[in-house]
Amino acid sequence: MKKSVLLGAMTVAGLAAGAAAAGTLDDVKARGKLNCGVTTGLVGFAAPDANGNWDGFDVGVCRAVAAAVFGDPTAVEFVPTTGKTRFTALASGEIDMLARNTTWTFSRDTDLKFDFVGVNYYDGQGFMVPKALGVSSAKELNGATVCIQTGTTTELNLADFFRANNITYTPVPIETNAEALQQYLAGACDTYTTDASGLAASRATFEAPADHIVLPEIISKEPLGPLVRHGDNDWGDIVRWTLNALIAAEELGITSANVAELSAAPTSNPEINRLLGTEGELGKMIGLDGAWAKNAIAAVGNYGEVFEKNIGSNTAIGLARGLNAQWTDGGLLYTPPFR
Amino acid sequence: MTRATEAFVRHQMLPQVPPPSSQAGIVKWLRENLFSSIGNSIMTIASFFALWWALDAVWPWLTNGVWTTSSLSQCREVLQGEVGACFSVLAERWNQLLFGFKYPAELYGRPTAAFLLLFIAAAPVLFYKTFPRYLLIVTAAYPFIAFWFIWGGSILVPIVAALGILGAMFVFKKYGNQNFATGLFGGIAAALVIWWLGGKIADAMPNFLALQEVASRDMGGFMLNMILGVVCVSLSLPFGILLALGRRSDMLIIKWICVLFIEFIRGVPLITLLFVANVVLAYFLPPGTSFDLILRVIIMITMFSSAYIAEVIRGGLAALPKGQYEAADSLGLDYAQAMRLIILPQALKISIPGIVNVAVGLFKDTTLVSVISMFDLVGMIRGPILGSTAWNGVYWELFGFAALLFFVVCYGISQYSQWLERQLRTDHR
Repeated sequence: MKKSVLLGAMTVAGLAAGAAAAGTLDDVKARGKLNCGVTTGLVGFAAPDANGNWDGFDVGVCRAVAAAVFGDPTAVEFVPTTGKTRFTALASGEIDMLARNTTWTFSRDTDLKFDFVGVNYYDGQGFMVPKALGVSSAKELNGATVCIQTGTTTELNLADFFRANNITYTPVPIETNAEALQQYLAGACDTYTTDASGLAASRATFEAPADHIVLPEIISKEPLGPLVRHGDNDWGDIVRWTLNALIAAEELGITSANVAELSAAPTSNPEINRLLGTEGELGKMIGLDGAWAKNAIAAVGNYGEVFEKNIGSNTAIGLARGLNAQWTDGGLLYTPPFR
Repeated sequence: MTRATEAFVRHQMLPQVPPPSSQAGIVKWLRENLFSSIGNSIMTIASFFALWWALDAVWPWLTNGVWTTSSLSQCREVLQGEVGACFSVLAERWNQLLFGFKYPAELYGRPTAAFLLLFIAAAPVLFYKTFPRYLLIVTAAYPFIAFWFIWGGSILVPIVAALGILGAMFVFKKYGNQNFATGLFGGIAAALVIWWLGGKIADAMPNFLALQEVASRDMGGFMLNMILGVVCVSLSLPFGILLALGRRSDMLIIKWICVLFIEFIRGVPLITLLFVANVVLAYFLPPGTSFDLILRVIIMITMFSSAYIAEVIRGGLAALPKGQYEAADSLGLDYAQAMRLIILPQALKISIPGIVNVAVGLFKDTTLVSVISMFDLVGMIRGPILGSTAWNGVYWELFGFAALLFFVVCYGISQYSQWLERQLRTDHR
């Protein structure tokens, strides 16, 4: 608690509604820290470790943006948000960007006045059932009880899917993922539905993961991505192109291990040179210094490295790249050229 | 006279003998309490059976507990399918459960000291018969010391805050006797002036006897529950008394303000007020000015519980016979004296169970702050710890630990209140 704040609150009375809308980048630079909204804890995507350091797939995006702006991946204040507080935190300016596996939808982009800057994880809603239930397709779930987290898009997708297939279900509304798993394992519901990444992560923590299967149907598109406030396009550009830089880095073969070497002198690949600032002035165009992308990649690695470290096949969560592979490998990751 | 007229006369007393074994000691106790009738005997045996059944299930889980692994999957490897708890999560994350994940580890001693001091500070109030009255000064100083210990920063901040309150009390004492309003508003003005001036001085010397500062955002764990619980309970009691008196006041405006406040606050769920504190206020305040979140939450919870306590105390006031009020009037006491010396001591005594009820409920309600992304004990468990790859899936151990901590505190409050009721009992039952 800042002393001036405490005493100011006591003296209070007039709260000058100043707020000259300076650019977010200027605010962030003046503060010396990026305020990045993350979840309060989701396996693989964002959680503090035993020493209180945040780690995870979404956290990587925050750190990359901080590295691009300040050259320092630790210049981030992580602001944990719940599903209910995340949008107000962003709209009110408490955070500069939100990287909290949030689905990019029409109304969030337009009506809520946010800008999704890209997609860092292509997810989709799936169903997990116990093997003993003997179900092999989600269309066989007629009359099933379904554990579902309230207040999320998954709830609406579920209703759409069952209505489209003309089958019925009984929802068991629950608040958190942890509660849902307890209910599911206790047999309070036949199936649990949420994003397939979440199902895989949860299944990995079961005592007997082999007794449960994730059904093949993916019933929704859940493009998860970082977002910023409407109206400050300069800041939106910085976040968008930092994310794109990580994706491009993988495509171009730049890793955290070789980025220093590749950026030391111009290479034979002009796109690498432009990205790493040894050729052209891309950094200046978005108000950062020439080494912005180099710093971001050096801090967290390219997209593939972030993926493998936090949620990849070698981690407990063990997600395959799937849709999240580069377009050259049959995935959906496709960044516009750095030119 | 050698022939005895009676068949037998005892000439000396028999030595006392112990009662028959069925009428003494454990046997008697068992017979009276556990096996006094056939029905009770059946109940006793059934209860023992249930107890044994529960213990049989829980005991191996407790004793087989694993304390040293670094993830849930390692726990399962060690246990090899046997029943056993994975207490390793407590061993690894105990500090986060108690202090939150951002409170600097090297400073844990400070909130701990503040916690221990709490007992010393509370003792003169709680056991007012045992301790001399002048020790109350320790109690009065405690909030400022505790603030300094937990939040750190320059010592000038709590000192200025304390001076402001002292100044206000001084002005009120001096002028409040002649005219209540002059005293009250003069006191408030004096406090504001002192805070304003002192704030300038404190801002100018941020390093004067400064402890390392910790931001409110970094508070968490059971420490946050304790801060919210202690502060809000102790603030809501005086506010509750004022509201209760206000509601029974003859002055129309004061009465209606109190009625409106109480009815409004009681009609709104606490969780809504918390959302207002967290979310809605952020829209009204200019961006960048962060009105301290803990302060916002404290204000909301205090408002909430003082409305409830006010109604409890109003019940106590209503229970007093009218004669008590008339007796006070007939002695020539004014309103303040009558309340302080005659009415409130009796009304509060009647209200104790109700007040304790509210206090215990309030303390447990502090866990609701986890929905506005504050990391109290439950928020810590539900968010960061269950969200980590290593501990995702450990539920019983974590929530059992949380339940244990809350039980200890709430049971302590309840035991104290029963003791206090016995102390204050003046009738001859």
